[in-house]
Amino acid sequence: MRSGAFSRRDFLKLAGLGGAVLVSGCASMPGAKAEASDEFYFVQLSDTHWGFEGPGINPDAKGTLKKAVAAVNGLSSPPDFVMFTGDLTHTTDDPRERRRRMAEFKEIVGELRVREVRYMPGEHDASLDNGKAFKELFGDTHYTFDHKGVHFIVIDNVSDPTAAIGEEQLAWLAADLEKQPRDARIVVFTHRPLFDLYPQWDWATRDGAKAIALLQTRDNVTVFYGHIHQENHFMTGRIAHHSAKGLMFALPVAGSQPKRLPVPWDASAPYKGLGFRDVEAERAPVKYAITELPVTGGGQS
Amino acid sequence: MRTHRRLFLRAAAAVGLLVLAGGAAVRAQGKPRVIPVQARKFTYEPDVITLKVNEPVVFQLTTADVVMGFSVPDFGVRATIIPGQTVELPMTPTKVGEFTFLCDVFCGSGHENMEGTLRVTA
Repeated sequence: MRSGAFSRRDFLKLAGLGGAVLVSGCASMPGAKAEASDEFYFVQLSDTHWGFEGPGINPDAKGTLKKAVAAVNGLSSPPDFVMFTGDLTHTTDDPRERRRRMAEFKEIVGELRVREVRYMPGEHDASLDNGKAFKELFGDTHYTFDHKGVHFIVIDNVSDPTAAIGEEQLAWLAADLEKQPRDARIVVFTHRPLFDLYPQWDWATRDGAKAIALLQTRDNVTVFYGHIHQENHFMTGRIAHHSAKGLMFALPVAGSQPKRLPVPWDASAPYKGLGFRDVEAERAPVKYAITELPVTGGGQS
Repeated sequence: MRTHRRLFLRAAAAVGLLVLAGGAAVRAQGKPRVIPVQARKFTYEPDVITLKVNEPVVFQLTTADVVMGFSVPDFGVRATIIPGQTVELPMTPTKVGEFTFLCDVFCGSGHENMEGTLRVTA
């Protein structure tokens, strides 16, 4: 943070708003001059599972996403963009129902008052039809974009139902990284963890190690993902991996119980375990400050 | 005389080693136990399998409906099961305990609950 400046992050700390603030450190960039215009924040929402039904798990299944949209709209300054990291919809075998759920989801998040909304699929959206419906409604399942000096890479590890990225996409990733300087600021979005978080619950990407090996060739890489419906922070070498909470149901900590069943709804603490996050990108040193925010707002940033 | 005895003992030891080696070879050539497992949305039959530690087995895998996976992460083995085909997956459990096997090919709304238990006994 620049001296003398009163940042949005400082405001959050003083106001005691939001969840735990975690600083995701990466390598610094000696000599780099921080410019105010280089700093920005984005919002990550994940695992909205639109179409899920289960009163004992989430009795407000049709209202939770709308509340999250309202909470994002209630942020005092809008994020530069919103990223949905997969499982926008809950799976269905019926292709027409899948498209209907996606269309409903799109209509609801169309209420977001932000400059840009980006999407990627989860296995519930894409694994049964190799991403066909997702592409029709949301576009590519893997892509890159650049924003204020940060190179963003969206990796699809769900359109193949075996949870593989695949050689073709890995070659695409390698070619894209070739174009980036070694000290480029890189953020990766993916749905499943790229590392073996807990394969016993299918919390892994079959060829994720190959992607990590490619990403390790760059100095400043941070990964944000979903899938496990809870926060998890893990390092593979220099790469920090941060999973997000979900917006339909929480899942237990890996291996904490025999089955990966959703955490039952707690009437005494509605929406407990659900939420979204804002991520503030700072340039010198390169870091991503994460603030966890509740579904029902209150984290006015 | 002593030399003859020494030669005899050496020969006997060599024969003994051959016998031992032969026994091991016979055991190694013994066919591993075949365990049929059928997958269907969203279960395995059987869903509890008991094995002896260090006992080589072959899972004979089929699926009754869609493409499924059969993965035993604790022993680093997995297979994709295609409808209409039988997949043979060899495995030798090297540790005692209860371990999960699961479907690691996304197959629908019950996928997350599609799993079973390997009980490996001493």
